[in-house]
Amino acid sequence: MQATLRIRRFNPETDKKPWWGEYTLENVHRTDTVLDLLHRIKWEQDGTLTLRRSCAHGVCGSDAMRINGANALACKTLVSRLGVKGNEIKIQVEPILGLPVEKDLIVDMEPFFDHYRAVLPYFITDQPVPADGRERLQSQVDRERFDDTTKCILCAACTSSCPSFWADDRYIGPAAIVQAHRFVFDSRDEGMNERLDVLADTFGVWKCRTIFNCTNACPRDIQVTEAIAEVKQAITSGKV
Amino acid sequence: MKTHVFDAVIIGAGGAGLMTALYASRGANVAVISKLYPTRSHTGTAQGGIGAALGNVEEDHWEWHAYDTVKGSDYLADQDAVDVLCKEAIDTVVELEHMGLPFDRLPNGRISQRRFGGHTNNETGKPVMRACHAADRTGHMILQTLYQQCIKNRVNFFDEYHVIDLIRVDDTIRGVVAYELATGEMHVFHSKAVHFATGGWGRCWEVTSNAHSLTGDGTAICLRNGVPLEDMEFFQFHPTGIFKLGILITEGVRGEGGILVNGQGERFMERYAPTIKDLASRDVVSRAIFMEVQAGRGINGQNYVHLDVRPETVNKYNELAGDPRRIDRAYIESKLPDIADFTRTYLGIDPVEEPMPVQPTAHYAMGGIPTDVDGRVLIGAGDRVLNGLYAAGECACVSVHGANRLGTNSLVDLVVFGRRSGRHMAEYCREAELLPLPTGTGEALQTEFNRLRHGTGSIKPFELRNKMQKTMTDNVGVFRTEETMTKAIEDLRQLRHDYNTRMHIDDKGQRYNTDLLEAWELGCLLELAEVTAVSARARKESRGGHAREDFPERNDDDWLKHTLCARNEDGSYSLDYKPVVLGRYEPKKRVY
Repeated sequence: MQATLRIRRFNPETDKKPWWGEYTLENVHRTDTVLDLLHRIKWEQDGTLTLRRSCAHGVCGSDAMRINGANALACKTLVSRLGVKGNEIKIQVEPILGLPVEKDLIVDMEPFFDHYRAVLPYFITDQPVPADGRERLQSQVDRERFDDTTKCILCAACTSSCPSFWADDRYIGPAAIVQAHRFVFDSRDEGMNERLDVLADTFGVWKCRTIFNCTNACPRDIQVTEAIAEVKQAITSGKV
Repeated sequence: MKTHVFDAVIIGAGGAGLMTALYASRGANVAVISKLYPTRSHTGTAQGGIGAALGNVEEDHWEWHAYDTVKGSDYLADQDAVDVLCKEAIDTVVELEHMGLPFDRLPNGRISQRRFGGHTNNETGKPVMRACHAADRTGHMILQTLYQQCIKNRVNFFDEYHVIDLIRVDDTIRGVVAYELATGEMHVFHSKAVHFATGGWGRCWEVTSNAHSLTGDGTAICLRNGVPLEDMEFFQFHPTGIFKLGILITEGVRGEGGILVNGQGERFMERYAPTIKDLASRDVVSRAIFMEVQAGRGINGQNYVHLDVRPETVNKYNELAGDPRRIDRAYIESKLPDIADFTRTYLGIDPVEEPMPVQPTAHYAMGGIPTDVDGRVLIGAGDRVLNGLYAAGECACVSVHGANRLGTNSLVDLVVFGRRSGRHMAEYCREAELLPLPTGTGEALQTEFNRLRHGTGSIKPFELRNKMQKTMTDNVGVFRTEETMTKAIEDLRQLRHDYNTRMHIDDKGQRYNTDLLEAWELGCLLELAEVTAVSARARKESRGGHAREDFPERNDDDWLKHTLCARNEDGSYSLDYKPVVLGRYEPKKRVY
């Protein structure tokens, strides 16, 4: 089939403001991903088109972008799921929102990673390791408790889909809360209080208005809004 | 050109680079330079598990793991290094747990383990549960955990800086040259020690499990700076890549009871590996699939077979084997969630309901930058240590994988040798002096980048890349012959010539010029492809991942040795060899 891509372009070296580029591709298949199409444009038509990508199968988190108005990973979005009409498909691609655009589909990720680092995203405990030199024990139920939030790949699809974050980028955002959840609900971790202090702050979890955009955007199917609700509850009750 | 000064720089922020950074930063001022954000590194895609003889489920010993590794390597691994790998595997896996890594657990709270290809109980020859896992995203958890620890320990990161050259003066190391993606500026990192952890180069082939960024940069940089590369002919084709796409389907699927089936509905691995069947080593299974397809027994006569993990299939064969384990949908969803997600996303197939179409996919470089067990880079057949230069992970060759790597051992390799080289490098930096930068540092690369940026030829990089991938797939794939490899070498020489004289790119800008960097990466791939083909053509035997139709047998009398391929001044390559370190396990015929 034929695909027409409308891509938001901006190169600060040459452009005063962003513009829409239109590209047509023939011999597009329903099983092609949006990343496949962007690659064909970059390689065959216009090498200046700029994007991040690496693994190309939804694990590394490089290529979150806004595809037909919704955040997704380009490498995990198949043409067949974008509303093929007859022998044609129209696809609109933009950078994710809420982070400064650096060039075309590349945004500045530093503010995102600043929020991530703010929640102390690492294992904290004062307990000595077991004297027998072996692993700590953890029950299957305790392990299962935080399984969902261990899947996060830090792609920023959730945070950059959140209207609260668009309105005020000081909001720590869903991804950072997911990362905090992964530790707060890990029975081995003891850093809960320090993390909850950060999350209970003005720009912490209470900026969340339970809009569910984050959950819809997550390419790893993490129940993001639910995780945020659990963190809110932990703050209110002081326990997990 | 901006200059930064550190005791040591580590290039690459996957499992090996981050583990090295954690240990090196305890005693030295260290920077990690990565062309990606660290969490995008390819370690994150490793699925099934990390092997360690914890013995949590059943009897196991590190010596069994060592034997399996040596046998899997087709006796080309250095056995002293394999001992280090398998012994320290236990300790490093426990250390990862102590860092907070969320392994799956057994009912008694210990780390859960499962079966994996080539890992056996040495007394019975039957598969043993040795692969410690976190669902089917073990690599993701390792990468995340190590990155988290680096944040905790305030490791310095230079994200999206692309290292393009090593600064070596005679036999001393002075640092590296890097290109900053955001600005197009060149930077010099002036240091006492340099550590490469830049991963593999699966992008030399058409169908690969490897990320687009796996272009062998560090390995190519070492080659260009006078380091002969070891055992480059040995590249692993993983048997179960998704048909056409190459996306990996973990061996853990077969570890959980999945089987391979040909177009006639036959479980063909029973013929090729009567004892451990579908869990034979990867080279064995990839060749079996290839031969089934050649014999017209692919699915619908095409070049793929089925991987079947439907509960009714698994339970039927478990019953036949007298194995009491039974699985159901919930079990698959909990043990193989990402695999189920991949096949649903890319194939529209639910693995609980339908078998998955699979074919061998270019997966892992056994060869690379020669190192000792402390990550120190070795030069030539005399194993001369180049002080201050280190490597670990897939880009390196210790050699613990020999001619064929066992599943799970890449993750073991990262953490064991990352830790050892980090420790060693910290020690080294305490004693070593920071030597001055030579005049003209970075100028050669500046010239090369200007050439790439302003080339006026008629060919675009992707055309050359496609041709390289095609010739490597057709001629230096699962099976090779003198004739196919000669063809590949001719093609690759022409492509390298075109690369140097007839190419142009579109993006002439400074900021985020990925067009330029992709072109530079292609140069690395072209060289490593040619080194692979040259090393492979010379080895007139079949061993592990190097299978020759014209020399189908292993030949220990003439070829129980490591290849070393050096780049000459004029761009040609020359070969040398060094002995394999043997030990407890005498080479014998490999039967699974």
